[in-house]
Amino acid sequence: MMSDLQLILQSLPFLLEGLGLSLLLTLLVAVGGILMALVLALLRLSGNRALSTLAATYVNFFRSMPLILVIFWFFFLVPLVIGRPVGSFYSALIAFTLFEAAHYTEIIRAGILSVSRGQGWAAAATGLTYGQSLRYVILPQAFRNMTPLLLTQGIILFQDTSLVFVVSLSDFLTSVTIVARNEGRLVSMYIFAAVVYFAICFVASRFVHQFEKKAVR
Amino acid sequence: MISLRNVDKWYGQFHTLKKCSVDVSRGEVLVICGPSGSGKSTLVKCVNGLESFQAGEIIVDGVSVGALGTDMPKLRARIGMVFQSFELYPHMSVLDNICLAQEKVLNRSRGDAEERARGLLERVGLAEHEKKLPSQLSGGQQQRVAIARALAMDPIAMLFDEPTSALDPEMINEVLEVMVQLAQDGMTMMVVTHEMGFARKVADRVIFMDQGEIVEDADKDAFFTAPSSDRAKTFLSRILAHI
Repeated sequence: MMSDLQLILQSLPFLLEGLGLSLLLTLLVAVGGILMALVLALLRLSGNRALSTLAATYVNFFRSMPLILVIFWFFFLVPLVIGRPVGSFYSALIAFTLFEAAHYTEIIRAGILSVSRGQGWAAAATGLTYGQSLRYVILPQAFRNMTPLLLTQGIILFQDTSLVFVVSLSDFLTSVTIVARNEGRLVSMYIFAAVVYFAICFVASRFVHQFEKKAVR
Repeated sequence: MISLRNVDKWYGQFHTLKKCSVDVSRGEVLVICGPSGSGKSTLVKCVNGLESFQAGEIIVDGVSVGALGTDMPKLRARIGMVFQSFELYPHMSVLDNICLAQEKVLNRSRGDAEERARGLLERVGLAEHEKKLPSQLSGGQQQRVAIARALAMDPIAMLFDEPTSALDPEMINEVLEVMVQLAQDGMTMMVVTHEMGFARKVADRVIFMDQGEIVEDADKDAFFTAPSSDRAKTFLSRILAHI
C-alpha cells in the first residue's frame, strides 16, 4: 500500500489544478470586487440621496445573505437571465464578485472617510475637480490606509472559494476530497488540506502584518 | 474685487453667518478677527465656495460664487487658500505638492511647473527641501510650502484661515514674514488671524466678527485706536493685554 506522501505526490497534478482554480477565482474576484466596490463606495459617499440609498441597499442586502446561497442562486439565475448556460465557473465568478463587492465597499468607504476633510478642501481650493482630487489626493491616501483590511478580506475570500463545490467546481478542497474518497484516506488527506490552507493564509497574513507596520510609519 | 452682500448661512438650526457684507478691493489686505466660533473661517471658506451659503451673494472678480452657471473649480483655481493645518498632501514630495494643480488645472508642462515651484520655494526660503515629504518638515516650513502651493496658481487673491494658529511660537514669524512680503507686493488678501502685530503692520482694514455677525468694519488705525462697538473693545483689551 502507498504511503500518504506517495499518494499526495502521485495526485499532485490533480491537486494543483484544484489549487490553481481556487487562486484564480480569488484573484479575479478580488480585482473585480474592489473595482465594483470603489464605484459603490463613491455612490454611497456622493451627496445624491437616491444613489447613496441604492448603494447602501445593495451592500446591506448582500451582507445579510449567506455566501453559499448567493452561489446557488446565480448558478440557477444567470442562465435564466441571459438565456443560455454559462457554466459553473462563470456563475460562481459573478456570484463571488457581487458578494465580495458588498464587503469591500464598507472597507473602501471607511478608507475614504479616514482621509481628513481638509485634504479634499485643499485639493478643491487649488482648482482640482472632484474627480481629480479623488484620483490624485484622496484615493492614494485612502488605499494606503485600507490595504491591510483589503488583503485580510482577500485571505477570507481565498478560504471561502472552497464553497464552489456546491456548483460542482473542482477547487482545491474538492480535489482533496475526491482523492481522499477514491483512496479511502480521509484523515491524512484532510490534514494535508489543512496544512496547505494554513501555510498559504499564514504567509499572506505575515505579509499583511509587514505592510501594516510599514504603513504606520 | 471680492464683494459679499448679505450672506446668510445656517448649519441646521445654527445661524453661522448673519447678513455679512464686506468688500475687498484690489491690493487690499483685510484682517478678520473675533472669538472662536464667530464664523470667521466659515466666511472665508464661503468666498471660494468650500462652504455653501443659503442667502446673499458673493462676487469674486465679477463672478458669482456658487451660482448655477459658475465653473467653481475654475474660479477656485484663481483664489489661493492657506489652511490652519497646512493640508499638504502627505504622500507627495514638496515639489509634487506644488506642481500637481499647475499640471492638472493650468495644464503647464512638468518642466514649467517645476521651474515655477522652485522659484517659489526659493522665495519662501525652502529651496533645498523640494524632495522631502511634508512629514519631514517643521510646521512653519510646511505652512510656507502651502503658501507656495497656492501662489503657484498665480492667484488674483489669497485667503488665509488662521495660518499660524497650529504653529509653535518660534515658527510663527517665519510664516508671517512670508505673508508680510506678499502683502507688500500688492496681493489682495483676506486673513483670519489673531496676530494683531501682523494686522497692525500690513492690514488696510480690519473686521471684527462675533456670533456670525460682522460687528465692526474699520480702517486699521480706527480699529486699534477707537473701536466703535463694545464687543470689539472687550475683545481687543483681552487680546492686547499681553503686548
